[in-house]
Amino acid sequence: MRGPGFLEQLESALPGAVTGSRLDALDPWIEIDPSRLVDVCRWLREKSQVRFDSIECITAVDWFEPDPKKAAKATWQPHTELVYHLWSTASRVSIVLKVKLPRWKGDVPGQLPEVGSVAGVWRGANWHEREVYDLSGVWFTGHPDLRRILCPEDWEGHPLRKDYEQPLEYHGIRGR
Amino acid sequence: MAQLIDDDPRIIEFDVRTDEMLVNMGPQHPSTHGVLRLVLRTDGEIVSEVEPHIGYLHRCAEKIGENLTARQWIPYTDRMDYLAAMNMNLGWSLAVEKLMHYQVSERARHLRVLIAEMGRIASHLVGMGAYGLDLGTFSPFLYAFREREKILDLFEEACGARLTYSYITVGGLTADLPPGWLRKCEEFLDQFEPVIQEYHALLTTNAIFVKRTAAIGVMSPELAIEYGCSGPVLRGSGVDQDMRRDGESIYTAMYDGYAFEVAVMKNGHYPRDHQYPPVPSDAVIGDCWHRFFVRMLEVVQSMDLVRQAIDRYAACKGPLGEPVKLTEKIPAGDAYLETECPKGQMGFYLVSDGSAIPWRVRARSSSFSNLAVTHELCRGCLIADVPAIVGSLDIVMGEIDR
Repeated sequence: MRGPGFLEQLESALPGAVTGSRLDALDPWIEIDPSRLVDVCRWLREKSQVRFDSIECITAVDWFEPDPKKAAKATWQPHTELVYHLWSTASRVSIVLKVKLPRWKGDVPGQLPEVGSVAGVWRGANWHEREVYDLSGVWFTGHPDLRRILCPEDWEGHPLRKDYEQPLEYHGIRGR
Repeated sequence: MAQLIDDDPRIIEFDVRTDEMLVNMGPQHPSTHGVLRLVLRTDGEIVSEVEPHIGYLHRCAEKIGENLTARQWIPYTDRMDYLAAMNMNLGWSLAVEKLMHYQVSERARHLRVLIAEMGRIASHLVGMGAYGLDLGTFSPFLYAFREREKILDLFEEACGARLTYSYITVGGLTADLPPGWLRKCEEFLDQFEPVIQEYHALLTTNAIFVKRTAAIGVMSPELAIEYGCSGPVLRGSGVDQDMRRDGESIYTAMYDGYAFEVAVMKNGHYPRDHQYPPVPSDAVIGDCWHRFFVRMLEVVQSMDLVRQAIDRYAACKGPLGEPVKLTEKIPAGDAYLETECPKGQMGFYLVSDGSAIPWRVRARSSSFSNLAVTHELCRGCLIADVPAIVGSLDIVMGEIDR
């Protein structure tokens, strides 16, 4: 199901969308080109042999080391990684999609990286994307209602980024 | 058909359309299960839109997890679903063990099943009692808490805490059961079993309760799946899915050899291995009543599992095993694992760079997904039905806000 045959089907349906994969990993994953993500998700939900009809979780992993000494030793380039956990209720299998984004759009600090929203594919993705935007600072284009969900509306920064600094003060409440 | 429309009070209500009004429910409203704020757009008694506002309990537990070792984060999982802290501990422990390729001893496995199923009973008792409160009946709450108290006493004896246990941990459990515990647990089960019939008399078959919940907030299986709903909310819609049976092998292996049937309506009836009242004729699959009823069935099913676990645990003569070191290094990589918690499928995702402290931890909350569907269920219902619908989802804000 999650074996090579599945990957070939996906590649023939959407050529060039898959940019990498590890099917022997603990949780087999495929890496998707950010610009093709919505197409791939729609295919997985509507066309694929195994219909992935449920979205379980969207996670953003911030690959960034604020400490320059440790950063010099890092084996990866700084980037943000989105991880989508999908589940098929009928076939009871899961699949993991990974999407690599720059930490900032055009490497301009403060400009959030952008990726297409899958809230139109699974309505359940709506809140998950809002949470990722709120805590990790990823802008989902095409999302119907992208605003903060857990933090207050006027909160500054995205707490789950590795270079986030807690504010010293918020409306008269002492931070730190 | 014409007569049907004339008789429907909601249609009449629409005929005399009044000004729209925004009504704020919460965050301190008692029927919101914690601090949940609902903003209702109403037209008379009809709710046209519901907008849940969450985040009042947000502590960014995921950020805290990036600064602690895997075992040190266990107490923070307690505080997510604080009504089923044992199950939360188990979910995180298994996710870490999955990445470490760690296998606990046979004795620890059965003890985990025992404890997790007791936790499920305790959680469902609160869910049931609080649902009664939501609908304006106080007594079932007291009946439920009387029994839950006994479970908490047992938990206290096993691990010293009554609410935030941190009992199940990475690599096993923090301690073995004290002598005589199993006997007390069996005594509790024997005493508890007939009490369930009281609950059915108090709520399940209560005419007012049925009127308030049957055919209210009906959720189609497609909608439930699309929103990623899980647990009794999903099974209440007739979707046959339970992670204890359908989950990943590291989790299902825990239940290897245990006999249980997923509490879901199949071919028009629920699994009939116990006595329970018939489904009222007004109830339709996917409504509040069915979501509630699935929980009641799971209480009985969990009792069965606890009995099986007691026998197996008592038969295991091997050592319990020690939990991993507090600063145990986790191999580089990532792992995601969903477990069947009382409220639904709780997922933990862990990314490690090879050190003892995880690079990223993520908690996928079942209540979060279950609550996201509220605005679909409440569209067009009466204001009085909103607490009935939100209560039937059995949410815990500590888990949603993390």
